[in-house]
Amino acid sequence: MSVSHLDGQQMRRVIRRMAGEILETNGGASDLLLAGIRTRGVPLAERLGAAIAQAEGLDVPQGILDITLYRDDLSTIAPQPVVKESHLPSIEGKTVVLCDDVLFTGRTIRAALDALQDYGRPRAVRLAVLVDRGHRELPIQADFVGRVFQTQARERVEVAFPETDDGREEVVVLQPTSEE
Amino acid sequence: MAWSRKDLLGIAELSAEEIHLILDTAESFREVSERPIKKVPTLRGRTVINLFFEPSTRTRSSFEIAEKRLSADSLNFSSSTSALTKGESLLDTAMNLQAMAPDLIVIRHGHPGAPHMLARRLKAGVINAGDGAHEHPTQALLDAFTIRRHKGTLQGIEVAIVGDIEHSRVVRSNIHLLLKMGAKVRVAGPFTLMPAALETLGVEVCSSLEEAVTGVDVVMMLRVQLERQARLRVPSVKEYFRLFGLTKRHLSLAKDDVIVMHPGPMNRGMEISSEVADGPYSVILDQVESGVAVRMAILYLLSGAREP
Repeated sequence: MSVSHLDGQQMRRVIRRMAGEILETNGGASDLLLAGIRTRGVPLAERLGAAIAQAEGLDVPQGILDITLYRDDLSTIAPQPVVKESHLPSIEGKTVVLCDDVLFTGRTIRAALDALQDYGRPRAVRLAVLVDRGHRELPIQADFVGRVFQTQARERVEVAFPETDDGREEVVVLQPTSEE
Repeated sequence: MAWSRKDLLGIAELSAEEIHLILDTAESFREVSERPIKKVPTLRGRTVINLFFEPSTRTRSSFEIAEKRLSADSLNFSSSTSALTKGESLLDTAMNLQAMAPDLIVIRHGHPGAPHMLARRLKAGVINAGDGAHEHPTQALLDAFTIRRHKGTLQGIEVAIVGDIEHSRVVRSNIHLLLKMGAKVRVAGPFTLMPAALETLGVEVCSSLEEAVTGVDVVMMLRVQLERQARLRVPSVKEYFRLFGLTKRHLSLAKDDVIVMHPGPMNRGMEISSEVADGPYSVILDQVESGVAVRMAILYLLSGAREP
């Protein structure tokens, strides 16, 4: 019996609430920049941006961060993971909100923080995640959390957005399959 | 598709999927060179040796920049400034370098097959940066990358390759690559600089520059490699230019959006006029820029391959 599930409507409500929290903490939308971490941080950043625009009538700049080149496991995995492009407007002096779908070990965020440094010096960096599923391996916490899920380390949390997942919109926790 | 090769020795053995993977990866690496801080930590702790037995400015510095932007530690050995000229055999040199535990070796050598010989014997990955008149795979890949950026695709693109076909390793790699990717290739050059049975590779052999460039999307001019000819096989520079030197007049025969390429170094006034080399159709400097991204992609992909 899984209580760790969100349907599309719940996702949209959670994201609207997160957008409100970002605005409240930041004191408005000025100097904000939403940076989506590939792959599913990107649709999250887009939705947060749309919700902020609706609330404040202000378009917040958005960027895409691919952290592949900053992974700490490149020397232990083979073959190399596919590298995709990053697009980031100037982050100088901005409050950058890193957006990712799931916060798990924290290693992706560590890599994203390193990547951000190579683009300049933001005023502050915040972290927004749709789901915090625990099991951190690094001292990293999110500032804006959609939902906290209690999970087993071997379970998989899958976030689906219509544009990246063939029209599906939901969050599900999957049990480990036998070959994993 | 995932990359599994330890070495990049030539285009001949690559599949179209592997070529696509390199070009797509290079596309992502272009962005790194546009950042304020042009460096990523990806190859931190890896060692790359650049072993150049023939002179090179462009290719060597392009590899070196690619290595530095990926945070690899790189060492340069060139024949003019090291013990490579003291009579040591290539294999001994290589075994000594192997003892220093590099992860990748980039080699340019005057003898065809030299990189292949090293690749068989060394644990390190080997990248062919030009072996005699055989192959120059990274040049062909950066040429293809440049064409794809300008034309959107390689499929169905018509390319004329003109000049010293016989001595060119660039042309061999390029013919293999362009045909695998669905482009059509014409070649032209003086008969004394055309190898026999060229059409068996699947290219159209033209007898004049005019015929070769008519209606094409891309004109690729080759350098006349004076240093590889025991006797000059053309009567004079002036005559070569008159028959096979690319001028603005020729470009009017090609497609309206034709691009002109040259692997460099150029002999201005021999195979190409300055008017064309510096003109609006020229993408010669784009090729140099693409070179860094393509070489970063290759270094990245090869360093993930594991011994079977």
